[in-house]
Amino acid sequence: MSTKIQYQFKKDNLTNSAPNKYKEGELRSEELVINLGPQHPSTHGVLRLEVLLEGEIVKDVVPHIGYLHRCFEKHAESLPYNQIIPYVDRLDYLAAINSEHAYAMGVEKMLGITDQIPKRVEYIRVLVAELNRIASHFVAIGTYGMDMGALTPFFWLVRDREHILRMLEWVSGARMLYNYIWVGGLFYDVPVGFEQRCTEFVAYLKPKLKELDSVLLQNKIFVERTANVGVLPMDLAINYGITGPMLRASGLRYDLRKIDGYSVYPELDFDIPIGTGEKGQVGDCWDRNQVRVMEIHESLKIIEQCVEKLTKEHKRTKEFDPQAIVPKKIRPKAGDFYVRAENPKGELGFFFRADGKSDKPFRCKARGPSFVNLSIISELAKGGMIADLIAILGSIDIVLGEVDR
Amino acid sequence: MLEEIQNILKSSIDDNLIIEADESSSPPTIVVQKENLLAIASLLYKHEQLYFDMLSCITGIDNGAESESMEVIYNFFSIPFERSLMVKVILEREGKLEVPSLVEIWKTADWQEREVYDLFGIHFRNHPDMRRILMPADWEGHPLRKDYEDPEKYRGMNVIYDRDEKSQTFENEVLNTKSQTTKS
Repeated sequence: MSTKIQYQFKKDNLTNSAPNKYKEGELRSEELVINLGPQHPSTHGVLRLEVLLEGEIVKDVVPHIGYLHRCFEKHAESLPYNQIIPYVDRLDYLAAINSEHAYAMGVEKMLGITDQIPKRVEYIRVLVAELNRIASHFVAIGTYGMDMGALTPFFWLVRDREHILRMLEWVSGARMLYNYIWVGGLFYDVPVGFEQRCTEFVAYLKPKLKELDSVLLQNKIFVERTANVGVLPMDLAINYGITGPMLRASGLRYDLRKIDGYSVYPELDFDIPIGTGEKGQVGDCWDRNQVRVMEIHESLKIIEQCVEKLTKEHKRTKEFDPQAIVPKKIRPKAGDFYVRAENPKGELGFFFRADGKSDKPFRCKARGPSFVNLSIISELAKGGMIADLIAILGSIDIVLGEVDR
Repeated sequence: MLEEIQNILKSSIDDNLIIEADESSSPPTIVVQKENLLAIASLLYKHEQLYFDMLSCITGIDNGAESESMEVIYNFFSIPFERSLMVKVILEREGKLEVPSLVEIWKTADWQEREVYDLFGIHFRNHPDMRRILMPADWEGHPLRKDYEDPEKYRGMNVIYDRDEKSQTFENEVLNTKSQTTKS
């Protein structure tokens, strides 16, 4: 079988398609440019960092992104609203349900059916979204520990994440990319016994989080590596548009679940943890991880309350149809909309323009939190050591699927 | 809320800077001219009754060749007052596609403006680092424009993939190898 070789190798292909900012001839003799990625374990995906070094001191970082660009926005212009959901899953593939939730809410708002969604559907959405939030934070903390040289917490967290993935597989049929939340409803009701399993899982996880705290967060080596590293002041964070756990670690109680109060979050009781500077300064890498761990505790609280509501007030009935108000035809009236929701990584926003004539969006833009959060890397890493660059990059918690879209 | 903004703009810069205002849209929207964008943006940022300190999202839109316009849309959020605002700038498609950059006020505009430049070809004046961000640096054209057509080849690789043709040739090859093996 003869296969044609399509790719014409040329030596300057890489330098033409992603040229370095710092050219070889223009450097001073003590300066050095090293290239991290695109294939490097500590970049958490296909991210290329061009690092200008002087000795071991980082003088500048130039991120090169776009290696995973899949033209989400172009695709979305040629698909009906309900068929975009699987593509939305693949933006932040570690927290697919959270992204679906934001997207579905946006389209419902455009259609004006937000008030008609049954309460049971809303509680199920919040329940699965919080489960997915925990799973996403587990990956963030686990891989961060691995970057810092602690391998055990990663295994523990992947073990516990596996429980969540199996639960979500039971609900939706898929392990990571669910297509579970539909515009106007859900793919299916939760299976019989799911609430019981959630209660068991919460009881199982609580002592494990204590273990995690003592083995990772209070670990002397971990504290030494992360405290006082990559300190992000609050005003700078806001100016850079940083959201999510990163902004909260800098000391601002900013959570869209509270501020916008979307879905049923106003009816639930939970706190917003912020960075306190316990081990160093407010807004350092240690704080960012502490905030994520505290958020897992809060998510567990929300899950408990949702299970309570789903077994009592909004019980499973034979008549309940999660697809009851799923619209047959999605044709919003013309106009511009910006909707946003709190994802594990920060504010996920969708900008829609509907022309009122077709089932497809005229324009659909995804404002990914990872993309905006990553833009601060050079500011944080400048003047630090190269080992701190890895610590800072890990603590931003990016998913390249969302950075490149 | 928009009345308040209009009043503040009137008192501090000049009246009729806002071409159009729509309170009912979500979030409330104002349309401004590109010449006034920088002045209005810095007022939105600095004025103590407005204080839009978060620039959430910058979106470019191409309205197609018929309507002959492109737009840049900014979504602001004020953290202390908890309210949002959408600001639109409408550009002529055939004219000079240039908008003043807001990097001086909000650092987050850096990457987001680069993205708009990359996908729409709208330039941002005084931007410190106007390079492509998602597409390769030597890519031709701006993909999110409505009249964009894929190039046939990029560095010898097929950009447009004809799936049917590809699968047919694959099937033929499989059939050929099968028939050869049965012959021998």
